[in-house]
Amino acid sequence: MSIRMTYREALREAMREALQRDPRVFLMGEDVGRYGGSYAVSLGLLEAFGPERIRDAPLSELGFVGAGIGAALGGMRPIVEIMTVNFSLLALDPLMNTAAALRHMSGGQFSVPLVVRMATGAGRQLAAQHSHSLEGWYAHIPGLKILAPATIEDARGMLWPALLDPDPVLIFEHAQLYNLEDDAGEWETVDISSAKVRRAGKDLTLITYGGTLGKTLEAAQVLAGEGIDCEVIDLRVLRPLDDKTLMASVCKTRRALVVDEGWRSGSLSAEIITRIIEQGFFELDAPPARVCSAEVPIPYPRHLEEAALPQVSTIVAAAHELCLGTSG
Amino acid sequence: MSLPPRSQDIALDLLRDMMRIRRLEERAGELYGEGKIRGFLHLYIGEEAVAVGVLHALAAHDAVVATYREHGHALIKGVPMKAIMAEMYGRLEGCSRGRGGSMHLFDATTRFFGGNAIVAGGLPLTVGLALAERMQGGSRLSACFFGEGAMAEGAFHESINLAALWQLPMLFCCENNLYAMGTALDRSQSQTDLCAKASAYKVDTRSVDGMDVIAVYEAARDAVEHIRAGHGPFFLEFRTYRFRAHSMFDPQLYRDKDEVEQWKTHGPIHTYSAQLKAEGLLDEPGFLAILAQVDAEVETAITYAESGSLEPLEDLSRDVYTPRAAP
Repeated sequence: MSIRMTYREALREAMREALQRDPRVFLMGEDVGRYGGSYAVSLGLLEAFGPERIRDAPLSELGFVGAGIGAALGGMRPIVEIMTVNFSLLALDPLMNTAAALRHMSGGQFSVPLVVRMATGAGRQLAAQHSHSLEGWYAHIPGLKILAPATIEDARGMLWPALLDPDPVLIFEHAQLYNLEDDAGEWETVDISSAKVRRAGKDLTLITYGGTLGKTLEAAQVLAGEGIDCEVIDLRVLRPLDDKTLMASVCKTRRALVVDEGWRSGSLSAEIITRIIEQGFFELDAPPARVCSAEVPIPYPRHLEEAALPQVSTIVAAAHELCLGTSG
Repeated sequence: MSLPPRSQDIALDLLRDMMRIRRLEERAGELYGEGKIRGFLHLYIGEEAVAVGVLHALAAHDAVVATYREHGHALIKGVPMKAIMAEMYGRLEGCSRGRGGSMHLFDATTRFFGGNAIVAGGLPLTVGLALAERMQGGSRLSACFFGEGAMAEGAFHESINLAALWQLPMLFCCENNLYAMGTALDRSQSQTDLCAKASAYKVDTRSVDGMDVIAVYEAARDAVEHIRAGHGPFFLEFRTYRFRAHSMFDPQLYRDKDEVEQWKTHGPIHTYSAQLKAEGLLDEPGFLAILAQVDAEVETAITYAESGSLEPLEDLSRDVYTPRAAP
């Protein structure tokens, strides 16, 4: 049975269910308890589960992410919330040097069943220290799994398989999505291994994830009105990438455009296009293209922030260029 | 001065274990010179009383996290010497399949969680182990070894705050050997009273002569009792000294030879064996018998490592992720 809810509520219900299902699960992070979560995701959970399992942590990203790793090693199933991706850089050491490396470095003795959730992305005029999309950086690291739920169904459904996963899983929640409302869908059967075709089409493959899925689907709508039939792929899982779904689509449409709110240089979009060229060069009718954020720290004023981010209009223009050889 | 009653039963074990670390590492240093062991090799020689005293005060099921100077901690925690030597050789038979080397000894069986080569990196991890134990209602404690250099890292301050705030069953073991690599304590930290730093977080502390294995053992026993009684974490500072270079690449320009020689007169093995002899618990033939036994263990470990195998190349990517049964 499908229920209508917001992305925020879907994340909260997923945590509530996990906390009820498994006594080893607990939530830890800054202001997750009394405050209710900086994006109000955990609102009400403290009352339901108490301060041991909805654990307010001091402003110590390095400390409590490291403690989450230790708790996972000690038999618990922690969900660690980091307020925003920019702050996660304070915890990059334990994530990279311990969580991601431990199993391999210890010769297979210690897996780290840790889940880390954090907000990512721009669009709320929060300026250059709260607005970046660094999930592509994390997707660079072997040993981690990187998820980017873009729908209510995934927001609800990805957490439980992430908690069942024996290895560290990072979940990136685009800050613009928290108020998105839709049917919860078939959340009980969600996988954390595959990309999904969100719109079928035959002329051009638009590849995106997370916060830009909505803009990309909107662009596909506009393009459909002009006779360009786009297929839209939601990556969902940024590491490991689902090459199979990606290549099946690109080999069908013969054109690919990547939409990524991350920066362009040395990025996830660069990786995806490289894979397309490596695996499908001779299938392509045009060079793959991409729409990324401008290579600037995200600025505060609305007009500059909007200009820095992928927009429906820039996606449509890039699609024109790719399909018609013109931006007009 | 005679040994306290509760130390008498293990008097010779303490000596033997310090000698096991010493001889293992002396031979490791030689093997490094021969090119048999590569990478970084950090010797603990001079500091053996700390690991031996503390680990004898812990129970077998307690968790231990250590640094990159951890051969001794792994050995006394119960990791077989041959598995440690094979690890330094990079062999499949090593305690981390040869993948970690000297700095990354791990052993799930004895709950030895590394072997952490990020200074202070083991501290938040230990906080988490202690938290998990508390949340699951267990009585095991978690001990973390770190150098005084780690106390300049944010990770130390974040970790001790968390441990004290949540009253976790965690033992902080600061091995103060006076130098963070080549930087003396008073050249790198404004407050050189390390117990004062820890006390600022409302943690009980004690500063101990880390060259005296009995003093270490007695202090650790008391601290462990404090933690097991539910009184929260405890911080121990062990004043000790590294007789050898930081690693095998260190010309030691930052300290005087006289200072090293002066500390060597307080060497933990010869002062303790002299004490045992003075008390009639040991004689020279007894000492030589222990030495022969230890040397035999070391040579057996070397033979084991020499005859070890290399991990097959096709296993390079094994264990980046945990293998899972097909659904």
